[in-house]
Amino acid sequence: MSEPILRVENLKKWFPVKRSIRQVLSGERTQVKAVDGISFDVQKGEIFGLVGESGCGKTTTGKLIMKLLDSTDGKMYMEGEDVTGISGDALAAHRRKVQMIFQDPYASMNPRFKILDVLMEPLVIHGVGETSQERETWAIKALEEVKLTPPDEFLSRHPHMLSGGQRQRAATARTLMLSPSIIVADEPVSMIDLSTRAEILHMMRQVQRELGLTYIYITHDLSTARYFTDRLAVMYLGRIVEMGVAGEVIDNTLHPYSKALIAAVCEPVSGRVNRIKEVPIKGEIPAATNIPQGCRFHPRCVYATQACWEQPEPELFDAGNGHMVACRRYEEILEKGDAAKTSEAEF
Amino acid sequence: MDNILEVKDLELHYFTQKGVVKAVDRLSFDLKKGETLGVVGESGCGKTTMATALLKMPTPPGRIVGGQILLDGDDIMPLSETEIRRRVRWERISMVFQGAMNCLTPVYTIEKQMRETLQQHRQMDRAEAGKRMLKYLNLVGLSSDVLRRYPHELSGGMKQRVVIATALFLEPKVVICDEPTTALDVVVQAEIINLLKTLKEEMGLSFIFITHDLSIEAEVSDRIMVMYAGRAVEIGTNEQIYGPQGSAHPYTQRLLGATPRLHEEVKELSFIPGTPPDLLDPPSGCRFHPRCPVVMERCPHDDVWVREIEPEHMVACWRC
Repeated sequence: MSEPILRVENLKKWFPVKRSIRQVLSGERTQVKAVDGISFDVQKGEIFGLVGESGCGKTTTGKLIMKLLDSTDGKMYMEGEDVTGISGDALAAHRRKVQMIFQDPYASMNPRFKILDVLMEPLVIHGVGETSQERETWAIKALEEVKLTPPDEFLSRHPHMLSGGQRQRAATARTLMLSPSIIVADEPVSMIDLSTRAEILHMMRQVQRELGLTYIYITHDLSTARYFTDRLAVMYLGRIVEMGVAGEVIDNTLHPYSKALIAAVCEPVSGRVNRIKEVPIKGEIPAATNIPQGCRFHPRCVYATQACWEQPEPELFDAGNGHMVACRRYEEILEKGDAAKTSEAEF
Repeated sequence: MDNILEVKDLELHYFTQKGVVKAVDRLSFDLKKGETLGVVGESGCGKTTMATALLKMPTPPGRIVGGQILLDGDDIMPLSETEIRRRVRWERISMVFQGAMNCLTPVYTIEKQMRETLQQHRQMDRAEAGKRMLKYLNLVGLSSDVLRRYPHELSGGMKQRVVIATALFLEPKVVICDEPTTALDVVVQAEIINLLKTLKEEMGLSFIFITHDLSIEAEVSDRIMVMYAGRAVEIGTNEQIYGPQGSAHPYTQRLLGATPRLHEEVKELSFIPGTPPDLLDPPSGCRFHPRCPVVMERCPHDDVWVREIEPEHMVACWRC
């Protein structure tokens, strides 16, 4: 395999928590371990998905990749170069190469700007382009790329004059202005109407293919992740618990947490109304300040044994064909799962 | 009587400065005892507006301008606001509002806010009220120590359970749930769905379940009403909408085609070109015609309303 465009090694982001006087005096420190040692490679031209529930650290990971946050520990390489501690010009160059699409396209645009200004802003900030005519030509090209046509009609509009779908297209056009190589898309379609959601994903994929872009797609929605991504990583409490080709992870799930997530997803098919769906998971997600000993999933895992909390935390390892899992007992659990497949009770 | 709720030609308009928005336009449907009716549609199609009409509490500048709402056979339309408050709203029909779990008063304990609801409606001494609160908390799967807690101490799923318990307090027959699982993570969402199913079974409640998510509707609702631009376009049983023979209305079909499936490898999802119409100036005839792939000559001219194409299956399409 060729050199990955992005390599993340044991990346960590811990946020300090405000302490009480007693804690300061006793030297006690609490940290929110939002991202707690994750490693992955993203290949050029790939769509890589980060999925998980709220609070699992997927958005923090996106911000670390953008370098909107500085990591606490670990390394990050972009096209082979170490970008972990960069600043100044190197940081500006990094931000040109990595762009972001946000969840709420309205909140991420200045409402007083026209679409033309919205699109030209990144160029102005980074001092790209000589004249405003030149910049405008690029803006028109970007709008054509995202199929907001005819571009002239949209350039003079304000964000509130666009529909949700059009706004997200404009937001995508803005990320293209600096010809980036990686686009981090954080829940880009979760606020978009269902009927246009597929259209936006379709457009994003077309742009990706035409320009040879790499996407990092962050979502909580496993169904769109399966449709949109090539490979995905399932995160739980700041760690990756399973990673591999999207269809493989979803159809042949190995980790008990991913299994529970997948079992919980609703599907638009008949015959499910009169069933109580059993989701193989216990309790609620613990606070990221107080991560359980051993495997961090063990308090919620229905298969956990003493070994799971006594032994050190399992690392991701290859279970075959690049399907990575962070569970020592996944084979044993798979057999058990097959034996007890009568988990759905009818009324 | 089979139907607990019958709605006939319900019309609710918003009288805005820019003009009249027909947010709910001649909507007719019924709700059977002990069933869940799903209401599904994109944002702005009138789902929530319809629900506020059922409680007779439209949000200004909205006004109910026509139609009948029969609750257990009684028309509640002519009732005065005082009578609605005393005999209907929360008493016989209650609602879990969208985002209600985030609207619990942060400075009150759960006990205080639950007690408030009870005291507004019932003369009840403390001990009796306490008993009733415990009963309903247990019913939604919470323990008594929740009572002493403040909302910020509870997780999203627990708060949603508190809100559901409060909605059930006065023993209504019909409960409207507006997007009750939208802000929740999938695992918690599955738990809440299971809870609603058990409540329906154990207490014989009837639910109206509003969501924009067709997948959730498939798991929850016995019958489904699909809305578009203030009108019903298709009403059918779960099997008729999601079953192998497929739904009948082009809008429902396309919407289902645009929903990604978890366990299917799909190369391209279909999508519906265009955007939902502006209801200040809705398209003439069938409101879906500008986006419809199988539009015919008469569609832009003739209004179309739901009619039965097979038992229990109503469709508003000239092609059906």
